[in-house]
Amino acid sequence: MIVEIGHYALALALGVSVIQAVVPFWGVFRQDRTLASVGSSAALVSFALVALSFAALVTSYVRSDFSVGNVVANSHSAQPLIYKFTSVWGNHEGSMLLWVLILTLFGALVALSRRSLPPRLRAGTLAVQGLVAVAFLAFTLLTSNPFQRLAPVPAEGQDLNPILQDLGLAIHPPLLYIGYVGFSITYAFAVAALIDGRIDAMWARAVRPWTLLAWTFLTLGIAMGSYWAYYELGWGGWWFWDPVENASFMPWLAGTALIHSTVVMEKRDALKVWTILLAILTFSLSLLGTFIVRSGVLTSVHSFATDPARGLFILLILIFFVGGSLALFAWRAPLLRQGGLFAPVSRESALVVNNVFLATACATVFVGTLYPLLLEMLTGDKISVGAPFYNATFVPVMVPLLLLLPIGQSLAWKRGDLLGAAQRNAVAFGLAVLAALALLFFTRGGPVLAPLGVGLGVFLVLGAGFDLAERIVTRASGWQAMLSRARGLPRSAWGTALAHAGIGLSIIGIAAQAWSTEAITVLKPGERLTSGRYTIVLEGMSPRTGPNFRAEVARFQLFAGDRELTPVEASKRVYTARAMPTTEAGIRTDGLSQAYVSLGEAQDGVVAVRLYDKPLILLIWIGSLVMALGGGLSLTDRRFRLAAPKRAAPAGAVQPAE
Amino acid sequence: MMIWAIFAAMTGAAVFALLWPLSRGRAQGFADVADARSLYRSQLKEIDRDLARKLIGEEEAQAARTEAARRLLRAAGDETGPAGETEPSLRRRRASSALMLSVVPLLALLIYGLYGSPGQPDQPLAARLEKAGQQQDFAIVLARMEAHLAANPGDAKGWSLLAPIYLRQGRYDEAAKAFAAAIRSGKPGPELYAGLGEARIMEAGGVVTAAAREALAETVKRDPQNPRARYYLALAKEQDGDGEGAQAALSQLLAEAPADADWAGAVRARLERMQADAGRKAVAALPEAERQQAIKAMVEGLSERLSAGGGTLTEWSRLIRARVVLGDKPAALQAVKTARERLAEDKDALAAIDALADELALKEAVP
Repeated sequence: MIVEIGHYALALALGVSVIQAVVPFWGVFRQDRTLASVGSSAALVSFALVALSFAALVTSYVRSDFSVGNVVANSHSAQPLIYKFTSVWGNHEGSMLLWVLILTLFGALVALSRRSLPPRLRAGTLAVQGLVAVAFLAFTLLTSNPFQRLAPVPAEGQDLNPILQDLGLAIHPPLLYIGYVGFSITYAFAVAALIDGRIDAMWARAVRPWTLLAWTFLTLGIAMGSYWAYYELGWGGWWFWDPVENASFMPWLAGTALIHSTVVMEKRDALKVWTILLAILTFSLSLLGTFIVRSGVLTSVHSFATDPARGLFILLILIFFVGGSLALFAWRAPLLRQGGLFAPVSRESALVVNNVFLATACATVFVGTLYPLLLEMLTGDKISVGAPFYNATFVPVMVPLLLLLPIGQSLAWKRGDLLGAAQRNAVAFGLAVLAALALLFFTRGGPVLAPLGVGLGVFLVLGAGFDLAERIVTRASGWQAMLSRARGLPRSAWGTALAHAGIGLSIIGIAAQAWSTEAITVLKPGERLTSGRYTIVLEGMSPRTGPNFRAEVARFQLFAGDRELTPVEASKRVYTARAMPTTEAGIRTDGLSQAYVSLGEAQDGVVAVRLYDKPLILLIWIGSLVMALGGGLSLTDRRFRLAAPKRAAPAGAVQPAE
Repeated sequence: MMIWAIFAAMTGAAVFALLWPLSRGRAQGFADVADARSLYRSQLKEIDRDLARKLIGEEEAQAARTEAARRLLRAAGDETGPAGETEPSLRRRRASSALMLSVVPLLALLIYGLYGSPGQPDQPLAARLEKAGQQQDFAIVLARMEAHLAANPGDAKGWSLLAPIYLRQGRYDEAAKAFAAAIRSGKPGPELYAGLGEARIMEAGGVVTAAAREALAETVKRDPQNPRARYYLALAKEQDGDGEGAQAALSQLLAEAPADADWAGAVRARLERMQADAGRKAVAALPEAERQQAIKAMVEGLSERLSAGGGTLTEWSRLIRARVVLGDKPAALQAVKTARERLAEDKDALAAIDALADELALKEAVP
């Protein structure tokens, strides 16, 4: 009965979303606040219903209810509980339900943020959000129903795809979806503003926390996915320019640009049209990602669905939302009142430069991702666009952007002082150059670009640090004053500095990979293999049995030079239900670097082994975490919590402090 | 029924929650200007605060204040007149209530009606495992047996129970393996060998392969009278081209069958098909004139047999068709008439005969 209640709740949510899409719009057009307020209750109801539905599906999974087709196809009674749980979104239908759940969660959050949003904007936004929910609920119910029942009921399920049975994969999709779906809110804000014809600093202020939230989670999701690919797929790479990765990276680039342009809009009431366009494009890129992953136009770890009906449905959704919003944009954007002009040397100009570069970078990824697909569709030729393409197009766009970043960050609003900014960053730049030169000297004969990349990263980290230091130190006399200034500095300033330093850390980690080494050989017990700084000695192989797999585990002693580190184990698993093998790499963290061991074929007591030395690789993900932390810190900035307009308040509304 | 009550309650709650805001208060316009004003006021406050904490200089603060004030003035210029006259707003509210009361339940019922299975209960694995005896569902019993046999592959009795189940489910390959396992691990009786033979034949799409023949030979070695083995051996003869031998074997099998043998019907049907095939082949081999003659003779034979009494719908239909094909319309009409009389008890059969008559354009001459 629980299953059917979940199914019915989902169908009911569709009806409620239709109301959410229609009635508040009407209220906005007719200036009727009562109708507009229906949006909030509809959003809350629809979230409650989808949550109920999701809980029902989770229950079926946890209880191994094999009368549900989706559970049979993606679960197994012998799976550990945590993977029974995560199997819910380890497949197409279940992950669509998670998607819709997050979509309605965001709707409910907008509905609840009564204090920080003007009611008109909230009603319009909820209506657009309702429309998106209608599309995705219909898609889920009509083409990807997770509640389909089976009769007769099988006794056992077919197990979750083994490479998805991993903790990293358990949290990667929810994080990523919060990111993707979060941008649907900014999209809804943009479309609502276009329909309403009003857009101003207040709009920017209302949108910014949502953008930051989405961006923060998207950053975490991408980083998590990258780390997962690194340790689970067993070939030691952390980014493959795979179309699916790009599908998440494009919204990230566009979202990064959006965060910056909303700042300009909030502070200077400028860049309105561009910001609206960015908000639309960011979500459009998220939708495009959904289409790429779920339509079956390509096959990869991520592509669940190869049902043409689904592809067509998503394509229609894509056309409706992207085409519709762009048409609306073309019609309404010229009517928007433009903000002030600004001086060429100022913070806002620097942010425009940032946007231009980020948009260009996003465009290169877009071309690299879609060109092969189009070519294959038109001519049937299969080409693969990989790292060389992006090294030649994406990197040259990003490098000047990153070089300019610390300078732009230290420019003042309105009228900046380029010379001053340059001077302020001279020390950081000098130190970075020194670092690069020293590295060049010590690694003579190695790759030349790596020290330069590390230098760039150092420049970013130091630049962020110096900028903060300067804001705290100047105009303050004494250490008490400095402390109080540090405390008085808005959290968004700390967030900005952290995020920029995070990029620097990631860049250092990425650049350092030019020094990574790889060695492959066949080992017998007792034999050794050296790669870079690390040496492993095979101790032996032994079989092991897990709850739903059998594994062949190889144990290695690990040495870094003369130092002996904790032994490392790598294994090959065979999951019994699907008879599918996976590799579990053995990874030993040594400071910020890692030794990475992965197994190949084993035969007659010998085993093929790869050993990688990955210097400073952890910095890539630490940097991402720092970036996300910066985003989170900005999010808690007092201004966002305080943006509450004092309304002619109904009784009981709490007035914000101050 | 219970579940529909729950659905009704859910629907009611959802619609009620939607209607709730409509029931509150009078129509209100948007107080946007007030909102904008308070935003800019809080911006001014922020500037003052920053100034007090010396985060910005006096000059910058002044500039910022000017800009915020400018925006406030502009926002005031956007002021929209108060909206919401009572009459239209009331109508709007009624219309949206009607929309909620209709769209939400209708859409939910439509979608759920198309895809839902309200009658199917939850079947969590633990509960299925707990059920005992008769209530246990078959898949679980089967899974248990499989698990048991995977742990104790030497259990001949288990295998000999499982194998026929596989055979019935059409899992011929697994059936053959299970029979083989039962034979390997116990004292095999003739039935196991016969089952193995049958599974191998089914797996080969009905062809009696050499491997199947081996198993059948083992069967008759132990029990020369085993009907299943004799039946399949007869089929083997037919497949070898020895039609007469096959017919003879089957006839003998039938003749020796006990009166209550449930397999006799299937064997007889097969034998009749063999005979019909053989007859058709024999007739087809004749020269043109003789063939016509032979066919006529066969049809006459059938007609005589049927008019003598009895006859099934199939036989009557065959006769009617044959008459039409031979161009003897009056005889065909006669056959239809007799058939209708004979089958008068059976409504379905009458309908079938009428349909056939229509199809063949057989009509009684209009008086």
